[in-house]
Amino acid sequence: MELLLNPWPWYLSGPLIALIMALLLYFGKNFGMSSNLRTMCAIGGAGKYSNFFKMNWRDYSWNLVVVLGAVIGGFIAVHFLSNDSGTNLNPATVSELKSLGFSNAGKTLVPEELYGTGAITSLKGLALLIVGGLLVGFGTRYAGGCTSGHAITGLSSLQRPSLIAVIGFFIGGLVMANLIFPLIF
Amino acid sequence: MKFLKFLLVGIVFGIVLVKSEAVSWYRIYEMFRFQSFHMYGIIGTAIASGILFLQLSKRSHLKSLNGAEIFVPKKDKGFTRYIVGGTIFGLGWAMVGACPGPMYVLLGTGIYSMFIVIAAAVLGTFIYGLLKDKLPH
Repeated sequence: MELLLNPWPWYLSGPLIALIMALLLYFGKNFGMSSNLRTMCAIGGAGKYSNFFKMNWRDYSWNLVVVLGAVIGGFIAVHFLSNDSGTNLNPATVSELKSLGFSNAGKTLVPEELYGTGAITSLKGLALLIVGGLLVGFGTRYAGGCTSGHAITGLSSLQRPSLIAVIGFFIGGLVMANLIFPLIF
Repeated sequence: MKFLKFLLVGIVFGIVLVKSEAVSWYRIYEMFRFQSFHMYGIIGTAIASGILFLQLSKRSHLKSLNGAEIFVPKKDKGFTRYIVGGTIFGLGWAMVGACPGPMYVLLGTGIYSMFIVIAAAVLGTFIYGLLKDKLPH
């Protein structure tokens, strides 16, 4: 039981993520989480503004069911399958984040300094979440996929475009964490 | 009933992503600072298992539930959209610490401010749809 409640090791987690991909392919679908953002635009009537959203969204409603499941899974995991062990981060990361103004690194899943009430009621905090979300939503559709579609499914099926996209993910992520973070925090 | 299997896959996905800590903002930061092997281990073993599964299913002509052989749609050829789009996504990923799957998982864990990120991501996708024909692909 303790093994289940503690964080799971990477060598179990990776194959389990591949299993999710395998199951969706077996169901005749595809593992690409970002598609649901497009589906939501289509449901909201975005087809009036761009042909990109002129699609029969009912064909993609399975995707929204996966999303609903993901929300429920998150709930189950923290309420029934977790203890208070926290995330075993590199001590160097913890002290580095402390100097950037993030206390309690690893005690929660996301920093209070970004997602807490204090953060989202401040102009800067709200702006960071909105800009970050815009970048994710825009970038993922421009690149035609996200971590699941490109990094897992695309690389597993040995596709060159996905390799280019994943290189892009890392360029962006490295620039943000190494160059931009010290400027904004 | 048709949707039940997708709901179950989603639930397993959510549980795995929390228990693997792949939804942790801190793990993403740590990865991009090269201070931990954890995320690389997850992504690496996921890809290795994925390659194994796809190669085996190809060789054994494994069929999906709808009777067709298992296949992964081919991505369009190109360079610009992948490198530029990918970089834009990466900037956002490191900033909010969540990609389009984990956003929803984190919402389920009780981080309701994630609604702001999700709404902004939907808006970002909408903006892409508006500009699609003007962007280099």
